[in-house]
Amino acid sequence: MSLDYSSSEMMTVTAARALENGMTCFVGIGLPSEAANLARLTHAPDVVLIYESGTLQTKPDVLPLSIGDGELCESALTTVSVPEMFRYWLQGGKVSVGFLGTAQIDRFANLNTTLIGDYHDPKVRLPGGGGAPEIATCAGEVFITLKHSRRAFVRDVDFVTTLGFGRDGKGRDGVPNIGRGPTRVITDLCVMKPDPDTKELVVVSLHPGVTREDVIEATGWEIRFASELDSTPEPSVKELEILRDLKDRTARKHAGE
Amino acid sequence: MAEFLSLHDAVARYVQDGATVAMEGFTHLIPFAAGHEIIRQETRDLTLIRMTPDLVYDQMIGAGCAKKVIFSWGGNPGVGSLHRLRDAVEKGWPHKVEILEHSHAAMACAFEAGAAGLPLAVLRGYVGSELPNVNDQIKFIECPFTGERLAAVPSVRPDVSIVHAQRADRAGNVLVEGIIGVQKEAVLAAQHSIVTVEEIVDDLTTQSDYHPNACVIPGWAISAVAVAEKGSYPSYTHGYYPRDNRFYKEWDAIARDRDAFTKWLDENVYNAGGKS
Repeated sequence: MSLDYSSSEMMTVTAARALENGMTCFVGIGLPSEAANLARLTHAPDVVLIYESGTLQTKPDVLPLSIGDGELCESALTTVSVPEMFRYWLQGGKVSVGFLGTAQIDRFANLNTTLIGDYHDPKVRLPGGGGAPEIATCAGEVFITLKHSRRAFVRDVDFVTTLGFGRDGKGRDGVPNIGRGPTRVITDLCVMKPDPDTKELVVVSLHPGVTREDVIEATGWEIRFASELDSTPEPSVKELEILRDLKDRTARKHAGE
Repeated sequence: MAEFLSLHDAVARYVQDGATVAMEGFTHLIPFAAGHEIIRQETRDLTLIRMTPDLVYDQMIGAGCAKKVIFSWGGNPGVGSLHRLRDAVEKGWPHKVEILEHSHAAMACAFEAGAAGLPLAVLRGYVGSELPNVNDQIKFIECPFTGERLAAVPSVRPDVSIVHAQRADRAGNVLVEGIIGVQKEAVLAAQHSIVTVEEIVDDLTTQSDYHPNACVIPGWAISAVAVAEKGSYPSYTHGYYPRDNRFYKEWDAIARDRDAFTKWLDENVYNAGGKS
């Protein structure tokens, strides 16, 4: 296999590399789930994956379509009730990383999965908060992954479903028993991290072949770049093979059911 | 002790117009057969509580059963929107539906508090979220011991809760296996409860795979048990049949269009003779 890969694959592999053995990760469905399982199947076989359906330490062979697929339960160490999951395991401080996707994100990494437009007269109704509001505050830190576009990356989200650093960047200041919040945002163009002082997202690494202009074009605010801008390492052949196998298995399973 | 009723009779007795109803099952064991029976009985003005409304509430909302929906994640899992829910909220079809939205953590805690007979649930939740601005049922209180600011929500105490499970025995004891969600909490929090099951066995405790720590709801804590084979389809019943992921994808197109939805409802619910 050559090293040809898509921007989506670049995003998933980069997101996967953020996870390490020893981490306990509360996994969102979709892109985070794809990245978390790729990490488990490559460099982080001992990463503990937890889904909000109550499945603890799960090792699915194919990616789940829903948060409650039978595969998650059958491959888990144990399955607990949903109140236990949120109260003991998440609120109790047993989760080191929350891995989330979102519909909208703003410059202070606040997430909107509630609606586009005005709350009482929505242009588009989105599914809502789900587990995210408490995952983002109770987990030790938060990784976020989503595709880069002007529609998704807005200066101010229409609605703060889930706290990044608040509308002014100070939303976590002085709050007791709260996690560090978003520590990195991984897209199909780049990796962003919050500025240590202002908490505004700053591009720290560009994916191969991506220019600053590409990121500026796809971001709805005047995006800043780190003074020492890295180049994200390319996916390895092994990572790509394992990711493609995983996605093929998943597609076959979901089509056959 | 739980009374054994047909699904028709259980719904007719316990699900009245205007009732507050919780039909639980966290993307597993979703009580679709009971939902369809409620649609057939044309029950109206229900306040429907469910963490993940899923297709079952999408169908009930589209059929005109709901006045209000209380939920924490209203999507078609892995597929997209619930178009009947959106049509009701955004355009008032078939009529306007009021929504009250929470986070999963708050709703899970609210079910647990309901089962515990408490008036409220307390959690470290909603920090920095704007959900409290649009939901007056979310308040903040100060811990009397540490002074920490914590979120409080009213407990969930439905008139009737409906859940689906693998099996019951002749005493009405119910076994729930796999992803157990908030099923037990929903049953214990409600004034009345209906449990639909795949099958009835003689005695759960003498079954070869019985385990002392299994999730069992005693028959004396349940109002009615009704047999509904494949009662959670197109959701799934762990150990019996898998989730029909293909149907969940197909639902997107059916639910997008009012006519397609109405046709589907006629063919698969109203004229299905209690078999859906």
